[in-house]
Amino acid sequence: MKILTGNDLLSGAVVWWDGQGWSLHVEHAADAGEEAPAIMAREEAARRVNAPYAIEAEREAGGGIRPAHIKDRVRALGPTVRPDLTLKPSEPEALDWVI
Amino acid sequence: MYKYDSYDQAMVDARVAEFRDQCERRLSGKLSEDQFKPLRLMNGLYLQLHAYMLRVAIPYGTLDSRQMHALADIADKYDRGYGHFTTRQNIQYNWIKLEDAADILADLAKVEMHAIQTSGNCIRNISSDHFAGAAADEVVDPRPYAELLRQWSSFHPEFSYLPRKFKIAVIASEQDRAAMRLHDIGINIVRGPGGDLGAAFYVGGGMGRTPMIAPCIREFVPLDQLVTYSEACLRVYNRHGRRDNKYKARIKILVHEMGAEEYARQVEAEFAHLLEQGVEPPLAELERIKPFFDLPEEVANAADAPQAESPGSELAEWILANTHKHKNPAFVSAVISLKPVGGIPGDATAEQMHVMADLAKEYGFDELRVMHTQNIVLPHVRKADLPALFAKLQDASLATANLDAIDDIIACPGLDYCSLANARSIPVAQKISRRFAESGKAKELGKLKLKISGCINACGHHHAGHIGILGVDRKGVENYQLLLGGSEAEDVSLAKITGPGFDEDGVVDAIETVTDLYMREREDGERFLDTYRRLGMAPFKEALYG
Repeated sequence: MKILTGNDLLSGAVVWWDGQGWSLHVEHAADAGEEAPAIMAREEAARRVNAPYAIEAEREAGGGIRPAHIKDRVRALGPTVRPDLTLKPSEPEALDWVI
Repeated sequence: MYKYDSYDQAMVDARVAEFRDQCERRLSGKLSEDQFKPLRLMNGLYLQLHAYMLRVAIPYGTLDSRQMHALADIADKYDRGYGHFTTRQNIQYNWIKLEDAADILADLAKVEMHAIQTSGNCIRNISSDHFAGAAADEVVDPRPYAELLRQWSSFHPEFSYLPRKFKIAVIASEQDRAAMRLHDIGINIVRGPGGDLGAAFYVGGGMGRTPMIAPCIREFVPLDQLVTYSEACLRVYNRHGRRDNKYKARIKILVHEMGAEEYARQVEAEFAHLLEQGVEPPLAELERIKPFFDLPEEVANAADAPQAESPGSELAEWILANTHKHKNPAFVSAVISLKPVGGIPGDATAEQMHVMADLAKEYGFDELRVMHTQNIVLPHVRKADLPALFAKLQDASLATANLDAIDDIIACPGLDYCSLANARSIPVAQKISRRFAESGKAKELGKLKLKISGCINACGHHHAGHIGILGVDRKGVENYQLLLGGSEAEDVSLAKITGPGFDEDGVVDAIETVTDLYMREREDGERFLDTYRRLGMAPFKEALYG
């Protein structure tokens, strides 16, 4: 599947297109399919996202979404060396998901 | 240290107001990201992996306690409670919001700091010897000359849009503690045969994807022509440097392709022309600057006896490892390690920054330095104060005794923070640090500089490590190449790749393999680098790959 990511203009936080808006959580990402370029252009023009781009991802057995490349998995979770600064600070095992 | 005059302050304040307006126009939609990006980069504001990152300039790494407190306050107020000290003697914050950026610059301006020219294709923060002004072996304090170059290069209209970024280092000792020959321009202040001070110019060094050691293009430039000669070097680069290919745009490529002799010839021609134009600031300006860097009177004149330490104590070990000889034997320069075992190299919490500032005030004549190796120096500490200083550093988890040991690792932020990186650097540094510190081998190995980069841009200086590690992306998987034999010091050399790369745990094992070989083969007094240079690559390759 093809999903969209970028950074929030104000905070710089990593965000994912969920079909209607932008979520902090990759598991909310929607398949943008062929609409990806149009969505990105529209959302960037509206200043709802900064530097958007499309990536390949796959849906996991449990329903989660896993970006194909490690860089986007690090972006999705947060720095692997500071669990306290990740999106899942109470789940140390979440770091294993990146590798 | 240098204090802003009214012109300096007015310039910085005006830049804050200008950037505030630019941010407001971006947020209101009057500027697109394409229009805004070069403006924010001119103020050190990047968009990184997880958030905006702000890089703050610390000229030649020198700051006082008031400034360190302000950096800590910024970490607390606008970031997530910490800052990261970098190989350019700067600090960067990883979790900045765009809406706060102008306020941060305003807070910095209150303590004579800014983020101007910490990004972009311009002359970056001038770096220097972190022991400058204190080191027993220097011919003169290089910082007044670095400050003169800072003033010349700040907002220089001709050099604001160079082909690529441009980095200058100034030292004044035979020992190179600033990686001088791995800069675009390295300046070594020396005494000429007649006893006069002058500057040797090394031009065209650097790391990155094409590492090069800068050749000397002039052995002696009179110090009252320092700026003019620098201007000539930049002009020739600006004229001929490639703008069609960013990978071939650094001055090292120009000097290499043109040839150092031809480059030097053109610089000399430009220099002769410029001497007639009167570019050089009047000597009165240098004389105005110099007193800002005078040793505190008490440091210059004190003669108290050093305190004896119990051999083998933690304090004695720390003093042995983390202090450096001062020009006054009653003092030392003390290094505060930001490399705790298993820690993130260069990170300091806001609380630790406040502690370091307080200690500088109490024991260090209100001065600190950022080292390019991502540690902090108190340049003037009375030997008698070392026990008290050490105890307070211990309380703040800042007393690791590992300067220049294998666990004193330079590591770039890597894929954990940087949008350019291909692999993570910090976890590798943490594993190496733990393995060697906990086994006791770190101490047995002695001086061994290990440096890690998470991509080919070499922010972690892997080319200059006695042992270097380069993280690469191999089909979406992190892979780590091992390099041996680099040095950024006066015995400068570039490290060579051993062979195929390793995975994260494999590279840690590989380092143990090569260091075990070193310990078996070393002769008296040999560092790892010396043994490698004597034996060559072959036995290390054999040990690694069979």
